[in-house]
Order: sequence, then structure tokens, then C-alpha cells
Amino acid sequence: MTDPSPQPTAQFSFAVRSARRPTLYVLAERSLTALIYACGISAIFFVVGIFLFVFKEAAPVLFSDRFSLSQFLFSEQWYPTSELNKRYGVLAMTAGTFSVTALAMMIAVPFGLGAAIFISEFCGPRLRETLKITIELLAAIPSVVWGFIGLTVMSKLIVQLTGAPVGVNILNGGIILALMSVPIIVSIGEDALKAVPDSFREAGLALGATRWQLVWRVLLPAAKNGLLAAVLLGVGRAVGETMAVLMATGHAVQIPHGILDSVRTLTANIAAELGEAPAGSDHYRVLFLIGILLFTITFVVNLAADMAVRGIRKK
Amino acid sequence: MSEPPQPCITTRGLNLWYADFQALFDVNLDITRGLITSLIGPSGCGKTTLLRCFNRVNERYGYVTTTGEIRILGKNIYDPDVALVELRKSVGMVFQRPNPLPISVYENVVFGLRIHHPPGTFTRAELDEAVEKALIEVGLWKDLRDRLDRKATSLQLEQQQKLCIARLLPLKPDVILMDEPCSALDVEGTRAIEELMFALKGHYTILVVTHNMAQARRASDECIFMLLGKLIEHSRTEDLFLNPKNPKTAEYIEGRYG
Repeated sequence: MTDPSPQPTAQFSFAVRSARRPTLYVLAERSLTALIYACGISAIFFVVGIFLFVFKEAAPVLFSDRFSLSQFLFSEQWYPTSELNKRYGVLAMTAGTFSVTALAMMIAVPFGLGAAIFISEFCGPRLRETLKITIELLAAIPSVVWGFIGLTVMSKLIVQLTGAPVGVNILNGGIILALMSVPIIVSIGEDALKAVPDSFREAGLALGATRWQLVWRVLLPAAKNGLLAAVLLGVGRAVGETMAVLMATGHAVQIPHGILDSVRTLTANIAAELGEAPAGSDHYRVLFLIGILLFTITFVVNLAADMAVRGIRKK
Repeated sequence: MSEPPQPCITTRGLNLWYADFQALFDVNLDITRGLITSLIGPSGCGKTTLLRCFNRVNERYGYVTTTGEIRILGKNIYDPDVALVELRKSVGMVFQRPNPLPISVYENVVFGLRIHHPPGTFTRAELDEAVEKALIEVGLWKDLRDRLDRKATSLQLEQQQKLCIARLLPLKPDVILMDEPCSALDVEGTRAIEELMFALKGHYTILVVTHNMAQARRASDECIFMLLGKLIEHSRTEDLFLNPKNPKTAEYIEGRYG
């Protein structure tokens, strides 16, 4: 507001007019406000609702004496359909999830951050647009298509190149997941770099920094929170991904000893077994419990990402 | 002054285009070494553009074309054999908004030393000494000596701007370019920066762009008036303000436009 003087009169006439407004208008406006409010609140409602639903399905087995939580978390014995001795240990699958995610991040983080730095600092405007569109396309490929590529193309290549007995393993799943996480890391990482004020770049350049020195010494420190958030969101994507890893990792329940071992991830296990487990059985409920475990993992990762982003705003 | 003052910066036939728009027209000037020279003129007259030619920071936008020559201490900075990094080492720049880097005060001051020398060139003691010397020179040492690890972006604006000057000093520049260095500061801050300019004068050739005619008048030895991309008048500050030769200068100083 440049000129403060007409302000009070304007407010006054406004107030008079609103007193005379038809009831219908007032009601319509109020219900619209309520609707928008509901839209905003719904996200919380859905998250809590989903968690409660999953928890309700899992609770009977969690609190029964046939089941021990420490065995669930720390045993690698997963025999849900054994006639005599059913065992529900998910350690091997947790290890599977973490090993595939770790490998994927080892590939995706350097690639993704490198691409983000290239797009934001080194390439011309036309190439930048082309790359951004291409990367968005990469993010739009359905995960089952990625899984298909892993199952057919990648697995043959891996058998040929490494001599592994099976081509569907951690390496395969890791590469596929890396390719799926890269677009997220690139687009969020690029946003973080773009958010670095141009004055920092000018300061660095005017002191005689080369482009690389500028990136290393100015931009990365300035954008580190945003870049961390990009990486953590990539991790979140990799942990939660189901269909592609189900198809590409070989689905064998075992603690892996190398990147050419097949594994099964928590997500893939749920997807594969939920349809066969009789509703209400222990097996069925344990699968929901795995859901809660996954929920917890992604929640922690997202919370960490969020806190990293908040770190940016504080400055 | 017995010997004739040697010009520090000389431009001949300098033209500059932003894409199709010509921002500088045939600028010829000689800037005396060791003095404070101010650049004045209405917005859009090309004074900042001219300033940004002297360390070639204009070139980061790909659409800038420059013709003519600029000699700094005798060397044409547009020669193909000029190393941009070395040029910017000897021609420092202070910006309109203080822009310390988002690292500690200490690292800001030694930033120049670090980027211009391979790692391990300096011992910790040498770096400490450089920081102390630079901060003493700009009058920040007393305030910041115990807070060198503080983030530079958390300082007051005035301190930030002094720090931006301090970080140029370890590189021992010949020229310091200042682009409206006080426009983000209050009266006290402005006075502090002006005093600092006087203290640095002689050791460095200082070029300062300013919107504030009064500042040009009180804080510079020579003054350049520019209008629409052309250099209109360049003389000693007192002469320019008291006896402007060009009627356009006179009108601007009187406040008829601008």
C-alpha cells in the first residue's frame, strides 16, 4: 500500500456493503470456505485414516501370544505357509529393501546431483528445457514398465556381463530403482540450486572463482539442505517402490552376501503374498504389520527430508 | 604531486550491447590511479554497465557484446591472452546488496586466497594473519575477532558490506569497483563505508557508482557524469559540481531530471 490515507474509508464502505449482502451469498461463501478447509485438512485425515486401518488389520497378531515382535524384526525365517511351524521373520526382506535402496542411491545420488548441477549451472537455456522435459518423461514411465525392462533387458545383460547365475538380483533392482529415483533428485536438486541467490554467484565470480570453484565452494554449501532433501526424497521413492523391484530383484528371501544375490524387498513381499493370504489369518495380519514397518521407514525418511528443507527456511 | 598521475583504467571507443540494445556508446575515459572516482547519472544511463565491464562480469550473460578497448595498468583486458581469473583477482568488486557468501566470516575473507592458490599453499597461521589484517583494515576486527566462525550472512548489513570489502583485500587488488555500495545501508552505515573508502584511497583505485549526488560530491576526487550510455563529462568533483561544462550536467546537478 503506497498511499495509506484512503484506506479507512475504503474499509468502512466495504463493511457497510457486507452487512446488506443477501443471505444466499453469505451461505455460499461460508460453505465454500468450509469446503476448501476440508480439502486442506483431508491430507491429515487420509494419512491418519490409512495408518489406523493398517494398524487395525495388524493389531490382532501384534498383541497375540503366538507372535513375537523381536522375532518379526530380527529373524530371517519367513515361512508363513509352513504346516507345522509358521515363522514370520522379515529381517531378510528388510536387508533386501535396504541393500537395493543403498545400491540405487550409490548410483542415483552422484548421477542425479551431477545432472542437477549441469542443468542449473552449466548448460544453455535451450538444452536446459530439453533436458528438463526429458527428465520429467523419465519420471512418468510406469514402474511396471521399469520392472519389465529389468526382467528382460537388464537381466540378460547382467548374466552376460557378470556371469551371475540369475540376472534378477540386487544389481538389477538397484539400477532400475536408481533410474527411477534420478528424476526426483534432479528436479528437486535443480530447484534447490536455482534458489541460491544470484548475488552469491556474482560474488564468487567477481572474486575470480572458476565455474567449478563456484559450484564446490559457493553453490553446494549454499544449497546443501535442499540437495539433502532431494536425496532423501529419492530414498523415499526407492524404499517405497514395489512393482519394479518385485520384477527385478528375484524374490528370494535371503540375507544377501553380494550384489549378484537375489533378494526380496518388504514392498514386493506384500504385493506378492497379500492376494494369497486368507483374509484374517495370521499371515494376512503380518503382511499388514510389514506395511506399518514400511510406513515407519518412509515416515522417518520424509521427516528427515522435511527437517532438511526447514533448515533452508530458517536462514 | 610532482610526477604526472598515471592513468589506471583507460577506455577507448568502448561500445556495449545487450543483445540488440546498445547500452554504452563510444566511451573514452582515463581514471587516475589511487583516487576515488564516482560515476553518476540517471537510472539506465549505463554507469553500472560500465563498471561491470572493468572486471568483465558482464560477460556471464551470453548476449553481451563489447567492442573497443579497456586498458587496466596498460594491459587491454579484452585481449585473448588475458586470464579472467587473474583480471578479477586484481579488480575487485563490491555490490549494491551486501553479498557475503553463506559461509563463516573467516572463510569469506580467505575465500580469495583459497580459490587462487592450490590447497596447502598457506599455513593456518598465514591465513589467520590475512584475516586479521583485512578485518583491521576495514574496521571489523574489534567487533568480530571472537566471532570469526559466525555465518557471514547473519551479520548486520553494514558489517556485511565491510566484510565484502575486506574479502577483496587479501588478493591485493589494484582496483576496487563499487556498485552503489551504500544503497542498502542507513546513514551510519553509509558514513562508515565512505570513511572506509577514504582510508583505502591511495592504496587502491576506487570506482564508485552512486545514485546519490551528495555522496559523489563529498566522497570522491573525480566525477564522471553519464547520460543514455554516453560519457558527458569527467572532471575533478568540485569542478563538475561547481562549474559543469556541459549544460546537461548542469541540469542534472540542479535536479531538472533524473
